[in-house]
Amino acid sequence: MTTAMLAKTDSVAPSEAPAPSPAGAGRRRTHPLASTRVQSILLLAALLGSWEAAVRLFKVPKHLVPPVSDILVALWRGLATGPLAKDGFWYHGGVTVAEILLGFVIGSGIGLAIGIVVSQMPKVEALLEPYVAALQSVPKVAVAPIIVVWLGFGIGSKVMIICLLTFFPVLVTSIAGFKAVDPDRIDLLRSLSATPWQIFRKAKFPSALPYIFAGLNMAAAFSVVGAVVGEFVGAQAGLGVLILQMEAQADTGGSFAVCVVLSVIGIVLTGLLRSIQRRVLHWMPADASQRTVNV
Amino acid sequence: MSTNHERASGRPDYIRIEGLSKHFGDGGEGVLALKDVDCRIEQGSFVTIVGPSGCGKSTLLRILAGLLDYDIGRVLLDGQPIRGTRRDVGVVFQSSILLPWRTILENVMLPAEVLGLPVKQARERAMQLLHMVRLDGFEHKLPRQLSGGMQQRASIARALLHDPKILLMDEPFGALDAMTRERMNLELQRIWMESGKTVVLITHSIPEAVFLGDRVFVMSPRPGTLERVLSIDLPRPRSMAVMSDPAFAAASASIRERFSHAASFD
Repeated sequence: MTTAMLAKTDSVAPSEAPAPSPAGAGRRRTHPLASTRVQSILLLAALLGSWEAAVRLFKVPKHLVPPVSDILVALWRGLATGPLAKDGFWYHGGVTVAEILLGFVIGSGIGLAIGIVVSQMPKVEALLEPYVAALQSVPKVAVAPIIVVWLGFGIGSKVMIICLLTFFPVLVTSIAGFKAVDPDRIDLLRSLSATPWQIFRKAKFPSALPYIFAGLNMAAAFSVVGAVVGEFVGAQAGLGVLILQMEAQADTGGSFAVCVVLSVIGIVLTGLLRSIQRRVLHWMPADASQRTVNV
Repeated sequence: MSTNHERASGRPDYIRIEGLSKHFGDGGEGVLALKDVDCRIEQGSFVTIVGPSGCGKSTLLRILAGLLDYDIGRVLLDGQPIRGTRRDVGVVFQSSILLPWRTILENVMLPAEVLGLPVKQARERAMQLLHMVRLDGFEHKLPRQLSGGMQQRASIARALLHDPKILLMDEPFGALDAMTRERMNLELQRIWMESGKTVVLITHSIPEAVFLGDRVFVMSPRPGTLERVLSIDLPRPRSMAVMSDPAFAAASASIRERFSHAASFD
């Protein structure tokens, strides 16, 4: 089986090596999606192929760098378990996903709510601004052990850590978003004798949405980090716990497989958020909304 | 001062401004934006206000729109003092300020939503207005899909949706190129003649002021005062050819002279 795998990856690697360059050179403008997507997949295959080849060629110990095939096998074993099996990916993944979703929704929800309230009251905003700036630069993961001490090894402490991590980016970007609302839009609504609530709903909030989404995107990435860090510090279940258990058994292939699962969770979460964003900000030109997100 | 100049048209005064002054900032560091402005604007007339930057023309318009308080004097709209914004006023701003997430129709419908007008009638009226500003077929486009001139026409339709008695326009065509601007002037004249609104339009272009106005208010800066009022007795509808009329040239020349006179004070 191993030789077959080796032969297969070997035969794939050289054939695509020349492929990316002509695809990337001329066709970028005409078919950007098609060519870059194909390119990316080929690049990934090439990287994995050379990883497998290098590990086998140089006989790297498995507990240091496992071959790709070992990771795939571990991935398969982990996924082929029942949803409640204590050593399976579904059980631990479910716990981690629950932590991420709860923490993300609560943390960014509170961040958004406070951002909205604070930015409607300029005096309060001025009062809180230095503290928000100071707290934002505190590395939140550093307090993870304290939170575990306070809230225990259950899901609560992880949710709390994720809340802390997601709260700040959403708070900061929503305040920035409300600050950036074109005053002309407010004048327009005022000239129509609009109520403060109408001004908020029809002008301020939609104007601030691109900023808020930028914050939510950051928060989504942070929430995965927060879950894993929290589980490393102390937990009974979750993918972070699984990584620690596997590392204790020198099962590096298994750890890598869990990392793959974590990456998939992150990718799905960001993908979901992006598709919501595309729907909500449908009025923005595609490149403009991308640009705002990357601010 | 010739501010008391009035035509014997028999039309009632719609707007009366008496001894209006507006001060920005505190004490000695502040700026006197408007000083002792007196004027009357008749119902259904087209008044243009022209003046160099800093003459307080935008301040005057914002006071008329109810967006700005004033310190001294009286501003009466239809016999009632202006306190805050009113629903019988429509404002067209320097830029079109269309909300980018709304279609053109939704933008034009905005006043109906804010004022709580019946949706069905408002929608019909929005379609009529879009026809009047020649935007048929663009109802469901987003603002960014329209040219600058089209966007400004949509904002004029929006300002007219709730059937205001008065239309206040703050340099509405300042950002447009000369050709588009001339076309927009003709369109605005047509829209005004069709709708019968009282229009107050601010501009820094002397030809635009003379071309559009029944009367032209000439303002001068530091402090902002109403320098004089010119009646433009050119027949309507005016075409661009009117610009070569001797009366047009004479009116423009006298405003221009006023400007250079004011500038020599600096």
